[in-house]
Amino acid sequence: MSKGQSGLGKSTLVNTLFKSQVSRKASSWNREEKIPKTVEIKAIGHVIEEGGVKMKLTVIDTPGFGDQINNENCWEPIEKYINEQYEKFLKEEVNIARKKRIPDTRVHCCLYFISPTGHSLRPLDLEFMKHLSKVVNIIPVIAKADTMTLEEKSEFKQRVRKELEVNGIEFYPQKEFDEDLEDKTENDKIRQESMPFAVVGSDKEYQVNGKRVLGRKTPWGIIEVENLNHCEFALLRDFVIRTHLQDLKEVTHNIHYETYRAKRLNDNGGLPPVSVDTEESHDSNP
Amino acid sequence: MSKQQPTQFINPETPGYVGFANLPNQVHRKSVKKGFEFTLMVVGESGLGKSTLINSLFLTDLYPERVIPGAAALNTRKTLLWEKIERTVQIEASTVEIEERGVKLRLTVVDTPGYGDAINCRDCFKTIISYIDEQFERYLHDESGLNRRHIIDNRVHCCFYFISPFGHGLKPLDVAFMKAIHNKVNIVPVIAKADTLTLKERERLKKRILDEIEEHNIKIYHLPDAESDEDEDFKEQTRLLKASIPFSVVGSNQLIEAKGKKVRGRLYPWGVVEVENPEHNDFLKLRTMLITHMQDLQEVTQDLHYENFRSERLKRGGRKVENEDMNKDQILLEKEAELRRMQEMIARMQAQMQMQMQGGDGDGGALGHHV
Repeated sequence: MSKGQSGLGKSTLVNTLFKSQVSRKASSWNREEKIPKTVEIKAIGHVIEEGGVKMKLTVIDTPGFGDQINNENCWEPIEKYINEQYEKFLKEEVNIARKKRIPDTRVHCCLYFISPTGHSLRPLDLEFMKHLSKVVNIIPVIAKADTMTLEEKSEFKQRVRKELEVNGIEFYPQKEFDEDLEDKTENDKIRQESMPFAVVGSDKEYQVNGKRVLGRKTPWGIIEVENLNHCEFALLRDFVIRTHLQDLKEVTHNIHYETYRAKRLNDNGGLPPVSVDTEESHDSNP
Repeated sequence: MSKQQPTQFINPETPGYVGFANLPNQVHRKSVKKGFEFTLMVVGESGLGKSTLINSLFLTDLYPERVIPGAAALNTRKTLLWEKIERTVQIEASTVEIEERGVKLRLTVVDTPGYGDAINCRDCFKTIISYIDEQFERYLHDESGLNRRHIIDNRVHCCFYFISPFGHGLKPLDVAFMKAIHNKVNIVPVIAKADTLTLKERERLKKRILDEIEEHNIKIYHLPDAESDEDEDFKEQTRLLKASIPFSVVGSNQLIEAKGKKVRGRLYPWGVVEVENPEHNDFLKLRTMLITHMQDLQEVTQDLHYENFRSERLKRGGRKVENEDMNKDQILLEKEAELRRMQEMIARMQAQMQMQMQGGDGDGGALGHHV
């Protein structure tokens, strides 16, 4: 799920991440629609394949978030959506005749796009992340990082990290879920140094030094998306896809979903059929 | 006929030459002596580079060592949270006198920190509008006063509205704000942090903003067309300026080494953005516009916005005057009561003194206090 105000490059970034036209680009959105009056939730599913491995990817976009004059409670539709997915899964799980593979529409990861003002987080960002870090894995991402010079970038990241800490916002990878020392040191390093990732997205290719690279062409130079000196897109991609993809799903299933389930079962005294089965079969989940 | 003028003028002996062709020079000299005043307001979300741009425009440090709110108090949890949530729009006016080749400019920059920061921005432009109205009100009051020699003109002559380059055009807040003030002040829309955009994106954004401005009937400041008697260069310049609105700018006060010379710019791993390079951004155009049209901005403020305000105010003023009359009666009554009290006090004092001194009322003149 990608969240953030319009124009922060969410769709472009998602396209770049998965190297395919997964998201409808905002420019086509522009011509027909205006900024939607309420926060909408648009989910588009794709199946992509690499090396024989198929993945069903669902990208949920939220146009209209944070764009209005009065943005109070604009996170509520999103929270509702996430909980609805948990609810759907829960219903399937407690069914007497369960499907072998329960379709998993739960949100495994939420990329929150922070506007690169260079100063600090906006009250809206803080409120949103505070509410949603309890229900979903949030990965804060600094959008359009080509706005900032290197010093501004590191200062901004430091400030953002500090603010998140002061406000008690646990972003993914959460400290409390580190299973062993190895994980902890690895994640600590990521948490303290790299996150939030400052990224630049692009789906256009240019010729640089004889190679074709994804980038943005400006009168003063070409910004290469996959060049670690220019931006941290490669780090984000490796983090989300190559190393932590499974972990994201596990944390969603084992922790966020369980929290939701426990709350639900406590509230209502259970759903029919009532056999509070504490043993979940994890292998039925993809 | 002024004989001490330099010989660049027409031979005084030419028939029909009176000499009032010299008037513009006199006006010029007087204006230079008097100095110029200009008030510029900058409005936009925080983090769009407003202060940096102002510093760059006037090559002066209007905001020395700007402390970003919250950065210093990072250790105090309470402070940080409070600052965020309670942030309302402030108005900060700073005045600086800059001089160039003997011409003095008293520049006031009105900053509006906190605009657009809150979660609910419904009221964020009320403060700004009341500030603008206040300045008009003060000027109206001074103008209608008895002593009109030293009226200080604090009216806002121009408002730079900073549009975020990260969006796809104008946000609802931008539209609402501009509609609320387009009848009160000259709006110059500016696209901030233009180095975020490639040239194509910039063109697209500019076109989109212009379309939206037209769609919502927002009246932004239009540069006056060049007069027909101006030279071609100036006409061309005006044409270029008009075509570039809204200006997309980059501000910086850091000197970077580029191509062998020191320029003001921003250093990125992939290149240097030069502030004063017209191919990189419209900074120079913005500055040119401001300088060449400063007089026009002031005139439009005086002739259009101020007059609008004044006629509205005076129309409305009919009802307001009644209230003032009632108040005046009240005030008169109060004043009379006070006078009576004072008279009694004086009478008492007099009696005391008479008792003490037995004759000679030193303060008899107090009785002459009657209005």
